[in-house]
Amino acid sequence: MPKRTDIKKILVLGSGPIVIGQAAEFDYAGSQACLALKEEGYQVVLVNPNPATIMTDHALADQVYLEPLSFDYVQAIIEREKPQAILPTLGGQTALNLAKELAESGLLAAHNIELLGSNLAAIEQAEDRDAFKKLMAKLGEPVPASGIAQTLTEAETLAASIGYPVVVRPAYTLGGSGGGFAHNPAELQHIAQQGLEQSPVQQILIEQSIAGYKEIEFEVMRDQADNALIVAGMENMDPVGIHTGDSIVVTPTQTLTDRDYQMLRDAALKIIRALGVAGGVNIQMALNPQSFDYAIIEVNPRVSRSSALASKATGYPIAKLAAKVAVGYRLDELKNPINQQTWALFEPALDYVVTKMPRFPFDEFPTVDASLGTQMKATGEVMAIGRTLSESLLKAVRSLAATNSQRTWARLEAQSTQTLLAGLLPAHSDRLFALLILLKRGETVPALAAASQIDPFFLDQLQQIVEMATTLAENGPTADNLTQAKHFGFSDAQIGQLTGHAGKAIREQRLAAGIRPVFKMVDTAAGEFPSETPYFYSTYEEENESHPSGRPAVLVLGSGPIRIGQGVEFDYASVHAVKAIQAAGYEAILLNSNPETVSTDFTTADKLYFEPLTLEDVLNVIDLEQPIGVMVQFGGQTAINLAADLAAAGVRLLGTDLTNLARSEERTAFHELLAKLALAQPAAGSANDLATAKQVARQIGYPLLLRPSYVIGGQGMAIIESEAALTDYFDSAVQVGHDQPVLMDAYLQGQEAEVDVLADGQDVLIPGVLAHIERSGIHSGDSMAVYPARTLVTAAVEAQMVDAASRLAKELHIVGLLNVQFVIRDGQAYVIEVNPRASRTVPFLSKVTNIPLAQLAASVALGQSIRSLGYQPGLQPSAGYYHVKAPVFSNQKLPGLAGQLGPEMTSTGEVMGSGQSYAEALEKAFLAAGLPRLNATGTILLDLDPANQAQGQVLADKLTQLGFSVQRRTQTNNLEDNSQLSAAALVVTTRADQASEPGQQALIEHCLDQGIPYLTVLDTLAAYYQVLATQQHIHVYALGEEPA
Amino acid sequence: MKGYLVLENGSIYEGETFGAERELQTELVFSTGMTGYQESITDPSYYGQGLVFTYPLIGNTGMNQSDQESPRPAVDAIIVKELTRRPSNFRSQSSLADYALQQDLVGLQGVDTRRLAREIRQQGTLKAVLVHHLADDKIKALFATDHVAKRPATAETDQGNDYQPTGPARYHVVLLDFGFKASIVQALLDRQVRVTVCQPNSSLAEIERYQPDGVLLSNGPGDPSQYRTALPLIRALQDRYPLFGICLGHQLLALANGAQTYPLPFGYRGFNHIVWDLERQQKRFTAQNHGYAVDKASLATTPLIVTHEEYNQRTVEGLRHQTQPAFSVQFHPDACPGPHDSDYVFDHFLELMQGESRHHA
Repeated sequence: MPKRTDIKKILVLGSGPIVIGQAAEFDYAGSQACLALKEEGYQVVLVNPNPATIMTDHALADQVYLEPLSFDYVQAIIEREKPQAILPTLGGQTALNLAKELAESGLLAAHNIELLGSNLAAIEQAEDRDAFKKLMAKLGEPVPASGIAQTLTEAETLAASIGYPVVVRPAYTLGGSGGGFAHNPAELQHIAQQGLEQSPVQQILIEQSIAGYKEIEFEVMRDQADNALIVAGMENMDPVGIHTGDSIVVTPTQTLTDRDYQMLRDAALKIIRALGVAGGVNIQMALNPQSFDYAIIEVNPRVSRSSALASKATGYPIAKLAAKVAVGYRLDELKNPINQQTWALFEPALDYVVTKMPRFPFDEFPTVDASLGTQMKATGEVMAIGRTLSESLLKAVRSLAATNSQRTWARLEAQSTQTLLAGLLPAHSDRLFALLILLKRGETVPALAAASQIDPFFLDQLQQIVEMATTLAENGPTADNLTQAKHFGFSDAQIGQLTGHAGKAIREQRLAAGIRPVFKMVDTAAGEFPSETPYFYSTYEEENESHPSGRPAVLVLGSGPIRIGQGVEFDYASVHAVKAIQAAGYEAILLNSNPETVSTDFTTADKLYFEPLTLEDVLNVIDLEQPIGVMVQFGGQTAINLAADLAAAGVRLLGTDLTNLARSEERTAFHELLAKLALAQPAAGSANDLATAKQVARQIGYPLLLRPSYVIGGQGMAIIESEAALTDYFDSAVQVGHDQPVLMDAYLQGQEAEVDVLADGQDVLIPGVLAHIERSGIHSGDSMAVYPARTLVTAAVEAQMVDAASRLAKELHIVGLLNVQFVIRDGQAYVIEVNPRASRTVPFLSKVTNIPLAQLAASVALGQSIRSLGYQPGLQPSAGYYHVKAPVFSNQKLPGLAGQLGPEMTSTGEVMGSGQSYAEALEKAFLAAGLPRLNATGTILLDLDPANQAQGQVLADKLTQLGFSVQRRTQTNNLEDNSQLSAAALVVTTRADQASEPGQQALIEHCLDQGIPYLTVLDTLAAYYQVLATQQHIHVYALGEEPA
Repeated sequence: MKGYLVLENGSIYEGETFGAERELQTELVFSTGMTGYQESITDPSYYGQGLVFTYPLIGNTGMNQSDQESPRPAVDAIIVKELTRRPSNFRSQSSLADYALQQDLVGLQGVDTRRLAREIRQQGTLKAVLVHHLADDKIKALFATDHVAKRPATAETDQGNDYQPTGPARYHVVLLDFGFKASIVQALLDRQVRVTVCQPNSSLAEIERYQPDGVLLSNGPGDPSQYRTALPLIRALQDRYPLFGICLGHQLLALANGAQTYPLPFGYRGFNHIVWDLERQQKRFTAQNHGYAVDKASLATTPLIVTHEEYNQRTVEGLRHQTQPAFSVQFHPDACPGPHDSDYVFDHFLELMQGESRHHA
């Protein structure tokens, strides 16, 4: 069956903003799919309002619509583009839900549009709990005893008949939102209530708990000729009960005999065939560790986070092949893209072990409950490949780039054995470290297996790591110990810590002893077929398979796991850097550890090293490849933080030099720099201790903005008004930057704006200026931003910013990108921060200005000039449209997180909206971020801080004039039985938390639970007012389209 | 103890020995399966071979009584990257390390098995010696010994052993034992078939005495041409009974009908080879373990036609006799280890027996 020729144009639905449970993996899947469809000659139309992604680049589709993934806008796009088919299986749950809505409305039938990949029946059978159960019963596949409830009473009756504990799972939600375990009726009431509210169809499943079973996942592919295969079997080290996104996952399965494995494989193939999906399906299963009993937990008839992981872990590109299969190809007529030898109808054979570890946001959000359950909390993940389990596990740990892993270790070591054991179940995010410490204290594997429900096989692997560590600590880094420790996957730094040496000394000793890693190829076939795949991992063995090509090469460092403050935008920048390097005639080599991303697709760069982003691992690659230089400005703070050590090791940094990187980041040098250029800056100082801080504070005056040096995402930042608050900050800030001073700036309240600058050492190009909607004090990553900035700032102020940014770029000899942030007060722009690297706003600006900033930056870093690249220096004119970028939050998934916006970044993703008017762009941005236009009959509930009553009153009057009922919050005594709250269509709360009971935090959590939209800044409400004050017209614009 | 694997081409691999501390000569082959090391170790088809596992962690689920394909290790030796220290599985009765000690199985761990597998792929199946010291004379002497790759007649036999299904038997099959895997018998028992095991040197009369409904030619080790003495019996059987050959049995059916076999460069051993069933027009994953294949061209002058092909390299994977109810497959429909996708082949055998019994009725 070759590809279909009756279809010419295909609409691909993206997944929207990055939120917990739906992250960069869909950028990878979507990009692969779009390219695969284009390769086959189809016209591809893409909808996805997420600007930070590769998939929304011009090159990926014929028409890219950065428009909201809502029925109305997608309808408008369908009417305009008239596609013959929709591919909904690559945009996560968002796309699947939207496709279902489109199909059920009759729109697809009316336009004669076909759903590709998954049919509506399959989506329903997999997603609707009742239909799923019926299908499993028909197939004779076991599922846990369960029932559907649509009311609390039904839930209680069901739970009583099934028997506690039970699991509550809401239908149609992302990452298991709103679900959880209930051990008794009281817990059930709470969780079931929440689940019913969060399910878009008010439906929850009450299910027998199988917590403690092994959790096994299969990634399955099928084509229309009924060929079906397993791409990967994956085993969660954590038992059922911990969301797979929050679990440590290994592939292939480790503790299954062939009989166990084939039994589950048979079930997986039976299910995909019954669903009739042409493409990829994820099947989650639970296996009783004491018998052959198993249960099917969940089926996702689409590509998923796990399929991205399986693709990277095996080399088998699921999304790409799923797209080809969706348009009619059979797996037995497509070549296996990784080796071009076998067919795609092939089950990968691995000769290595892969470990995936979740990256949690608890470093950034210490107040958030770090216990793990059925609701996913991880923002991102890392993957590591090794020839032993311990090697891949330890590589994964160091890939996490946890800023405080040593502190976490020290904190846990101070805890009693009793406390540590208690943290194993329910599991705490730190439990891997807790297990290592407990083993070190002599707790036995069987005891820990009982306490953690982790299989003894895995625990013994940890035990062996502990034994190796003990040997190192006792006998020092002898040649034998070094060899052995490297086989176990220990880093030089870890060996150094254990033996009392510097990591550098261990590295030197190791090299002198000839202990060097080799690089092995990921080839899907365990060496059985010859392969040329440029995809490698390091290990300490005999044969090296990675050979430098002889061409001059450039190494690009990626950004590692997605975390708060460092999102998919840095992957975007890394991928563009690779393209520019290739265009300049060099070989592009990429090093990264994130399995979710486009950068770690082995077809992105000329050569991919799937390795941790640490000095040691980067130097290993450099030792082998001898690149002409390394680019560190695209991989966010992770890559920049390696710059000094790399330079010290003699590595050439391409782009801005180290001295100037330090001048822009080190605070004293930075203030001197601004003073030298006579640029306005807030009064500032720094202090290492409280006494000095008090002195400095008196000089500068309150309010003050405090922050540790060298941070991302504004961690540890606070605005304080008094000396008492300063004392509090220093008491807790020990957490933040022990060896670095606390930076103290006068907090200027005003308009914020930022500029991204491209410089080549001579000229400076400014693609555009972004003005923020929220005033200073809100982290730039959490602010809405507007392009062109002239929408919100005067020409004079814009000119000041352009001038200041240009002079900074020249003074710092920037070769590449520079991001400068300003506060504007009384007509004066003050410089508050500069980042000498690709910033978060680079993809957004690149898209709205049609200037590929990251590519240009990589090109100038390789010696080209702005002019030679065809651009004129200076501020570039805007094309005429308005564009608004809005942050998107995952607060629902993170109980305990303060919902009030502030100087610490809390958003996980972003969306944009474009329009011929500012209001139109705003409306789309709000909608895409989850705040649709309110009905004029809705009530807006205001809960205002005394400090902004006046501004609030003005807005309240205006909203009343539009016909909205605006109420001041008067019922503050409770949240549950509160007529004001239950009537509210929007809650605006700006009150400082301490003022009353229940506080603002509780109010926000209530809104999250109930799905009531809320805002915490009046500036955002003022912008939203502009939407409400304008008549709605649905227009859609393709990226790059010129205004009519 | 240190152990060295010295290949006939001079390559040397270093590791740590486990299990029996014997020096030996062997023929190296590799399997890419990621599960089922126990079934492979005890699979008689591996007799005379040193088995290299490409999956690096071997021993994770220990050893148990019910996954044995034959009562004891069939391989000469196993070569692994990492031998698991603490196995875990609810059926595990001992660790692989303990099993190797008890069962006199030679093992070498800590080997760069990917390098070794790639070398075998590039150079073909290689002879090698496993020694404890790199002493040239010892190595030479070991290489000079005869290497037996056929199960000796003295090996334990199941001559006349009778396997009864639970419940009444629908059919009775005589299994001609060239080194059969227990899971072949199990697949028949699961289908309510009684199995009687006979030696390949049995006379036709001995087999006829059982009045079987069909005969199965089992798998077994080594070069099929070393079993030429069994060919007349096979020819006699195919004229009388529905006949089904698996793996070596498939090659012997080909030889018995005048076709030729040849050694593959390094064989197929693993679970992910796709086999194309030309008659049913379907493609299924198969469990594979063979170093020889039937020469497709040599079939032209025989009554056999090709029914199955390996989909990547189009080697012969299945044959059917044009006039007699005889057929064979090169892969293992019994799986164990490997995918169950092709177990329909056993049902086909039952259909043939049913057809014959109708015919006779």
